[in-house]
Amino acid sequence: MEQYILEVNGLVKRYKDFSLEKVTFSLPEGYIMGFIGQNGAGKSTTIKAIMNLVPFEAGDIKIFGLDNKDHTVELRNKIGYVSEEQYFYEKMSVDWTGKFIGSFYPNWDQHYFEKLLNQFKVEKTKKIKELSKGMKVKLSMALALAHHPKLLILDEPTSGLDPVIRNELLELFLDLIQDEKTSILFSSHITSDIEKVADYITIINDGKVIISEDKHGILENWGIIKAENSYFHQEIANKLAGLNKGDFGYSGATPDLEAFEVLFRKIFPQGKYLVERITLDELLLRIVKDSEENVAIIS
Amino acid sequence: MYIVISNSDPTPLYEQIKKQVINGIIEGKIRSGYPLPSIRALARELKVSVITVKKAYEDLENAGYIITRAGKGSFVAEASMEFAREEKLKMVEEKLTEGIKICRELNMSDTEIKKAFQVILKEMS
Repeated sequence: MEQYILEVNGLVKRYKDFSLEKVTFSLPEGYIMGFIGQNGAGKSTTIKAIMNLVPFEAGDIKIFGLDNKDHTVELRNKIGYVSEEQYFYEKMSVDWTGKFIGSFYPNWDQHYFEKLLNQFKVEKTKKIKELSKGMKVKLSMALALAHHPKLLILDEPTSGLDPVIRNELLELFLDLIQDEKTSILFSSHITSDIEKVADYITIINDGKVIISEDKHGILENWGIIKAENSYFHQEIANKLAGLNKGDFGYSGATPDLEAFEVLFRKIFPQGKYLVERITLDELLLRIVKDSEENVAIIS
Repeated sequence: MYIVISNSDPTPLYEQIKKQVINGIIEGKIRSGYPLPSIRALARELKVSVITVKKAYEDLENAGYIITRAGKGSFVAEASMEFAREEKLKMVEEKLTEGIKICRELNMSDTEIKKAFQVILKEMS
């Protein structure tokens, strides 16, 4: 039985024109979870609820088995958090910022903080306003890691960064989980980053979790189906996510390749179709397409 | 053992890892008792997710190529060589069957097929 570091259970958060509907997922100890969805799908709201930065109407969130509302201070010492936007005192130096933030954490490791700055090539003496976007993210990472957290929660850490820095960050994630204790939840709309290093994937769309599973469960069971229109049947179409029908053929994503084969054979014993491997990008696109057209293949 | 994976190869990453371990066993590069790198270390080395390497190791263990001892890591299993050979023989059967099927499609007689086979054998010796 795997131990969960983070459990989000039935989270409901209502805004005037948007709400999180019973968001549920869990992250096992020592693994990386990628949290993907379009802009506005509810990634940041969920993360803020986990960090107890926004109140929520229903559900509960357990971190290291503790309720996040009752143990906020205790949990902050065990979590490294990087928000989507970084707010610093622009006029102050990197060094000052470290000492300031460090003063809030009992187990702050100044030596480790400086080592990380060195590794990331962030100069201690520079003022915040002199740092590039990439440098600021690296500083945020160093600030989030310097108290040796066992859970990292990162909201879009790689967005807006160039490929070289993004790659460095992904490698850092793999380094961090080597101890089998540290776990990482990171949100991104760059699915290739997540496909590379994430062990578990949670896809959120319009405030609802569509899929939360280990990466291979998704990439192996799902597939893109392509066939000629002569093999089109409504019963088949009903089982395809993000159905795309053209003049000659149609395509769509199936959550279960084996079940699809059974269904297709029942209707067209001699029919032919092509199966392509699915990427997270394609899966996300198909899911978003369905939600815009108000059809739901997966519930 | 040197494992290299390619992102442009359509074969899933865990399959690529599996194949290379099996090939390493067949080619005698790794023998029974040889310690494999830990799952996390190999994931970092190859820059892939932990679960990808885990899946490859689990499949290899289920197929009998490696054994995992709690707290000690994974090792090449004693009978691994036989399994690897069996696996390769299965492939030989598949490829030959495929070749013969094509011959039949071309309406070649059994004698002609045998002749073609002997010509290739001779060319390759």
